[in-house]
Amino acid sequence: MDKKIFTISVYSENNVGLLNRISGIFLKRHINIESLNVSKSEIDQVSKFTIVVNTTEDWVKRIVQQIEKQIEVIKAYYHTDEETIFQETALFKISSDLLFDEPLIQNAIRESNSKIVTVHRDFFVLAKTAQRKEIEAMHDLLAPYGIMQFVRSGRIAVSKEAMLISEMLEEFHNNNK
Amino acid sequence: METVKATAKKETAKKSMRITGAEAVIRCLLAEGVDLIYGYPGGAIMPVYDELYKFQDELTHILTRHEQGATHAAQGYARVSGRVGVAMATSGPGATNLVTGLADAQIDSTPMVCITGQVARHLLGSDAFQETDIVGISTPVTKWNYQITRAEEIPEILAKAFYIAKSGRPGPVLIDITKNAQFDELDFDYKKCTGVRSYKPVPKPDNNAIAKAAELINKAKKPYVIWGQGVILGEAEEELKALIEKTGIPAAWTIMGESAIPTEHPLNVGMVGMHGNYGPNVLTNECDLLLAIGMRFDDRVTGDLNTYAKQAKIVHFEIDPAEINKNVKVDVAVLGNAKETLAEILPLVDKNSHEAWLQEFAKKHQEEYDVVIKNDITPTKPGLTMGEVIEEVNKASGQKAVIVTDVGQHQMVACRYAKFKESKSNITSGGLGTMGFALPAAIGAKQGAPDREVVAVIGDGGYQMTIQELGVIFQHQIPVKILVLNNDFLGMVRQWQQLFFEKRYASTVMTNPDFVKIAEGYHIKANSVSERKDLAAAVKEMIDFEGPYFLEVKVEKEDNVFPMIPSGASVSDIRLK
Repeated sequence: MDKKIFTISVYSENNVGLLNRISGIFLKRHINIESLNVSKSEIDQVSKFTIVVNTTEDWVKRIVQQIEKQIEVIKAYYHTDEETIFQETALFKISSDLLFDEPLIQNAIRESNSKIVTVHRDFFVLAKTAQRKEIEAMHDLLAPYGIMQFVRSGRIAVSKEAMLISEMLEEFHNNNK
Repeated sequence: METVKATAKKETAKKSMRITGAEAVIRCLLAEGVDLIYGYPGGAIMPVYDELYKFQDELTHILTRHEQGATHAAQGYARVSGRVGVAMATSGPGATNLVTGLADAQIDSTPMVCITGQVARHLLGSDAFQETDIVGISTPVTKWNYQITRAEEIPEILAKAFYIAKSGRPGPVLIDITKNAQFDELDFDYKKCTGVRSYKPVPKPDNNAIAKAAELINKAKKPYVIWGQGVILGEAEEELKALIEKTGIPAAWTIMGESAIPTEHPLNVGMVGMHGNYGPNVLTNECDLLLAIGMRFDDRVTGDLNTYAKQAKIVHFEIDPAEINKNVKVDVAVLGNAKETLAEILPLVDKNSHEAWLQEFAKKHQEEYDVVIKNDITPTKPGLTMGEVIEEVNKASGQKAVIVTDVGQHQMVACRYAKFKESKSNITSGGLGTMGFALPAAIGAKQGAPDREVVAVIGDGGYQMTIQELGVIFQHQIPVKILVLNNDFLGMVRQWQQLFFEKRYASTVMTNPDFVKIAEGYHIKANSVSERKDLAAAVKEMIDFEGPYFLEVKVEKEDNVFPMIPSGASVSDIRLK
C-alpha cells in the first residue's frame, strides 16, 4: 500500500500530558509527525489536534484507533487532502533595504498574495497563508535575495464531512443524567 | 424554597469533612472497597503512610521488598479476584521501580491503581531530591495517569482512577500526588465515578454483526474457537461454554485465556501459540471459520501473519475497537463485552456437532502425545522433566490449585500440562514476559484467593530476580507453595541458542546458590529433590503443608520445550522435535 499524506483530527479534553500520550503513539510505531497543531475547537472546553503524517492507510487507521482509545480523547478522524480544506501560514523576515533596492521584491510581494505584517527600519515581515507548495514557491522566490528568518506553521484543516462532536457529548450527558 | 435550600446545604456540610489530602487518599481507597495494598514508603509519600498507620485496622499494607514486587503482587491479587490491585510507592526510584509492573499490567489488561508520592508542587522541575517525571515515564505503559497537585483534586481523581482501571478493557492507572497535596486540607466528599465523557469503556453490541457471525457459524463445516483472557476479564466463561456446547465447536486457548473452561472439557482442544499444542496450531490453517474471542492475535499466537488462517473467515469478538484489524484482518467484528455478545449470539446459532472435525484434533493430539507429551509427563530416561513435575502438582492438588508462573521454559511447560477446573487459575506474565513476576504475583494471588491453593512455578533465573519477596512470605506467613524448576540455565534462551545460534551458550549458564538454605534463612520450610523416586512424595508434602513451603526440583539441564513454532514461521510449520 502506498504512503500518502493524511490529516488526523483529534477532539479531546484539554489536559496536561495528553500531547505526550498522543505523540507517544507515533513514537512507539516509529512514525514521524510531519506537522502538529493544537488549538481550541468549535466546542467550548474541547481541544483540537491537527496532525499530518505521511504513511499508508492501514497505518493511519491503526494510529487513529490507538489515539481514540486514549481516555481523554473524545473522537479522532483521518482524512486525505481531497477530503479537507487545509492551510499553513509562513512568516518571512526580510531586510528592509531590499524593499527599496530590489524592485523585483515588490513585484513578488504583490504577485504572491502575501501580506506585509510590519515594517521596521531594519526589516519587514511578510505573512502568507496558503497550501504548502505555494509557500514553498514563495520561499524559493525570496531566497536568492536573502531571508533573515523563516517559519512555517503546522497544517490546520477542516473536513468537508461533518464531525459530530457536540452530538456525542450530548449523548454521553443524556446517558449519565 | 428557602428552607429546602438551607437543609440541602446543611446535609452537604454534614457529608463532607475537613481532612488532609493524605487522609483523603486512604478514605478514597476504603470507599472503593480496598482492604489490602502493596507498597514501599519513602519521603514523598510519608504523609499517606502516616495515615495508613492510623487506619491499619481497616486497610492492610504489605511491605514488599522492592516496588516491582508491589506491582506484581497487586497484579496477582487482581487476576485471581477480578478486583483492582493497588500498589503504592514514593517518588523517584520508588516510582521508576513500578514501571515494569505497569507495563506488564498494561499489556495483560490487569486492573491496577498505582499511587506515587511526588515532590511538592513548588519543587516540580527543580531536580529536587527524588524528583522524577513519573507521569511522563509511565504514559506509554498506563491506561491513564494523572498528577495531583492540589488536595481538592484527590477524591474525584482517585474515583476516576478506579473506574478507568476496572471498566472496559482493564488496565493500570498511575496517580502521582505532590507532597503539598498530601499535607493540605480539603472538604472531603467521595462520589464514585460512573462515567467519563471522553471514554467509552464498552462499545454497544451491533445486532447486524452478531447476526452475520451467527450465520457464518451455522454455515461452517470446520468452525474453530480461539479464546483469550477477554473471556475471563468479561466473566463470560459460562456463555462461552454454552456456545461451544450448543454448536459443538472445538475451542483452544491462549495462555492468558487458560482455565476459563476446564482442561478436561471434551471441546477444550488445548493451547495455541509458539509452544502450544500441535492440533490447535496446525488446524488454525485448516478451519473454515475462526472465532477469535477476547484475544488479540499476539505474534506468539499467530506466527507468520502472511500464512495465518488465510483460508478461514474470521470473526473477532472484542471489547477494544483498537484491536480490530490491528494484526489480523477480520471479516466480522463483534464489538462488546464477551459476556453480552456471546449471550446474544447463543439463540441465533444452530445446535450442531462436528465429530469428524473434532476427530482431527484428537488425531493430532495422539501424534503430539506419542512424540512429545508421553516423554514429558511419563519419561523413562534419567533426569527429571519439567512436565512430570507439573503432572505431580496436578495429582497432589486435585487440579484445584492456582498456578502462578514466571517466564521461560517452565512457564510454557506449566501452561501446557497444568490442569484446571476453575477459572482465574492460571496467573502468568503473558504479553510482557516479565521474569521475576511469579513470586510476588503468587503472594497477591494467595491474598486475593485465600481459600485456594497457590503454587508458584518458577525457573532458577526468574526466581532470583525477585527472590527478596521471600521476606514478605516469611513476615506475613503467606502460605504459598514455591516450586523452583532448576536446570542451572536460563533455559528458554539456552534452547534458542541451541536451535538457532549453534549452541553458543552466551551468558545463559547459572551458577546457583543453595536455594534451600536461602529459603531456610527466611524460616520457610524447604526441600530439594533430584531423583524421580522422591518426586511424588516431595510434591505431595509441599501441597499438603500448611504454611509457606519451598521445593526445588533439579531437572534435566538441557531439555527443550516442544512443540515449537520457530520465530516468524507459520503455525503450520510447528515442530514436534
